[in-house]
Amino acid sequence: MRQIEIAIVGGGPAGLAAALNASKLGAQVILIDRNDYLGGQLIKQTHRFFGSKQQRASERGIDIALELANEVMANEKIEVLTEATALGHYEDGVLLVEQAGKIMAIKPERFIVATGGAEKTLLFPNNDLPGVYGAGAVQTLVNVFGVKPGKRVLMVGAGNIGVIVSYQLLQAGVEVAAIIEGAPRIGAYWVHAAKVVRAGVPIYTRHTILRAEGEGEVKGAVIAQLDDNWQPIPGTEREIEADVICLSVGLTPLTELLWQAGCQMTFVPELGGNVPFRNEQLETSVPGLYVAGDVSGIEEASAAMMEGALAGINAAASLGYTSDTLTADRQNVLDQLAGLRSGPVGEKIRKGLAQCSL
Amino acid sequence: MRIKKHPILEFKTGKIVKFTFDGRELEGHEGETIAAALHAAGIRTMRESGHLHRPRGLFCNIGNCSSCLMVVNGEPNVRVCVERLREGMNVETQKGKGELK
Repeated sequence: MRQIEIAIVGGGPAGLAAALNASKLGAQVILIDRNDYLGGQLIKQTHRFFGSKQQRASERGIDIALELANEVMANEKIEVLTEATALGHYEDGVLLVEQAGKIMAIKPERFIVATGGAEKTLLFPNNDLPGVYGAGAVQTLVNVFGVKPGKRVLMVGAGNIGVIVSYQLLQAGVEVAAIIEGAPRIGAYWVHAAKVVRAGVPIYTRHTILRAEGEGEVKGAVIAQLDDNWQPIPGTEREIEADVICLSVGLTPLTELLWQAGCQMTFVPELGGNVPFRNEQLETSVPGLYVAGDVSGIEEASAAMMEGALAGINAAASLGYTSDTLTADRQNVLDQLAGLRSGPVGEKIRKGLAQCSL
Repeated sequence: MRIKKHPILEFKTGKIVKFTFDGRELEGHEGETIAAALHAAGIRTMRESGHLHRPRGLFCNIGNCSSCLMVVNGEPNVRVCVERLREGMNVETQKGKGELK
């Protein structure tokens, strides 16, 4: 059995920031990730981030991933386990991890869960046909591997991911037939939406997909306009020719480890599904178990990095580690988070967080 | 289909390796995922569902959803979206649950 001060599961923006901040205070950390690389979903994000300089505005996710991963790999207080899957969390606080066919037991004094989220799907006939993808899946294929998913895409969902991935598909030389959105308004930041509209991609709000067409693989889709009660209006059906349907209909937290650990959970639609109750320290109802990033509620990568920093600082501080700037550092992260969640853009998140505070 | 020109990205690919898909010889880049190599060859159907025998392909592409399970070198239930391509791999469409032999 391995003993360690802090174990972190998930090497995305939240987990990397947690590891760096905890180790900076002096804590010994094990960082566990099932992939053979660090950086999580940052490695496919080629767009420039928003926010302040401290939130890495105008940097691209791919560059941030590389920088954070290099910093973590060079840090002797952080032991990195890649291609390692956290299989379970047991009543006595033991974490079971599989790596290269071998099982190891790790007993951490503090545990930070930063497992991220998974893409949601949508119910419609033929939604299981090859050619129906999560938008993030296509983003990985195109931006990480340089491979096209098909020739012509229908994007379902005009939030930030749908619109950004549409633009990135255009950059990759893939045609985007249209973006449809069930809500009456485009959810994405206007600067992103304007780019795809300028490139000639129509965005149809108040539209949904009725079914995918095709035998064996996607050949097209039927879309229709929605009324104010979200019901398809008869007579407005329209066929779209597309061999790819991308679903960008939100993400949901990957909370298996939290359920297993017995964290008190609650369903919060604003945060993407079931999320753990947590206090301002990001500690859950299970003492010593912290959460950071999308697993605690779906937000953007900038917020995930800030939450990771906060969980890392708090977990290390609870073990007795301190520094001259501890209070100021913690307050700075809290201020950054409050900034990211301020104004009309952060309204949904604020509403969601109010429902799961301890 | 591979992307030939990209305004921001340069794709660093491994050397060309040969592999088989349902007995057909194909080429891909070493170290890319099997799913990426198959997509580059225009193949998007990876498995047949257990009950209704419907075709299934890639959905999440990051190892979450298990939509892309295939038989690789005789081993079933391999998530080809996160399994890296190596020289000489034998990749087969998976029918149903897949059995360990």
